[in-house]
Amino acid sequence: MTPASWPCPRPDGTNGAELALAFDDFRRWRLLIVPALFDEANRMRRFTVEVMRRLDNAGVDCFLPDLPGCNESLQPLEKQTPETWHAAMTAAASHFRASHVLGIRGGALFMPAGLPGWRYAPAKGATILRQMMRARILASREAGRVESQEQLLAEGLDKGLELSGYRLGGEFLGAFQSAVPKVSAGVSDIEQGMLGGSGLWLRAEPDEDREQADALAAILAIGIKA
Amino acid sequence: MRQDTEVLLRQILTDVLGLKPGQADGFAAETGLFGHLPELDSMAVAGLLTEMEDRLDILIDDDEIDGEMLETFGSLLEFVVTKRTGRTSGDD
Repeated sequence: MTPASWPCPRPDGTNGAELALAFDDFRRWRLLIVPALFDEANRMRRFTVEVMRRLDNAGVDCFLPDLPGCNESLQPLEKQTPETWHAAMTAAASHFRASHVLGIRGGALFMPAGLPGWRYAPAKGATILRQMMRARILASREAGRVESQEQLLAEGLDKGLELSGYRLGGEFLGAFQSAVPKVSAGVSDIEQGMLGGSGLWLRAEPDEDREQADALAAILAIGIKA
Repeated sequence: MRQDTEVLLRQILTDVLGLKPGQADGFAAETGLFGHLPELDSMAVAGLLTEMEDRLDILIDDDEIDGEMLETFGSLLEFVVTKRTGRTSGDD
């Protein structure tokens, strides 16, 4: 596993470098993974990399790019929109010559078009946002401040909003709240029930699960080589 | 209905807290949750509530969430049972 750099389009039309974790042996099968989002990204990262290790052993190259503004990215998160993320993942797929794509949870919202692949437990933007707003409301309440989802969203659309430490711009919030994973030809869903156990994004603390990683890697490897 | 709800709630807590199968069976009405389990911070509680909505088919208003409801397994169960009974009154 090595860090790899790829040219990511910026809103101003230029390209800047972003990082990806890569298992690249110039093999025929090449899977791009669009990571889970925000807090879920942290809880799912180790699991995602464990799945990549298994796919590497099974003869599949895989790539886990950073979404601009997240993880190692130096771009301001506040300036991102669902459109810039979608363009970024499309550029990553093209740079790494991906043959297949996997979107994890909210990552399913930003899968590049035209590649066969899978959506693992896809989540709507509204669901992710609702949970993050609720966490903020609970934390504020403990600090003696009363907030509501309606008020936070209205304020956020106007001036941007900080949720669980992520500073999201108004334009992002506006588009993200109605974002729904798209159904497209050649892309199928992997439900949690197919892996056994409960989804690791639910856990209060980041965790791992070998059996689930084995199961997901097996589904992907068999599908990719079919 | 109450028993169903209790089983589901134990399962949800198992999933969110990453407990071993069966471990949540030991939760009694007075078992402490929010404020007693360090991993149950506001983000985890938000996840717990969202998962409860999905799996127990209820809607929780933010105004309904308070420390008392989340304090013990018993108080959380009571909240959910009331919610579900209200929703299905006359159905079962």
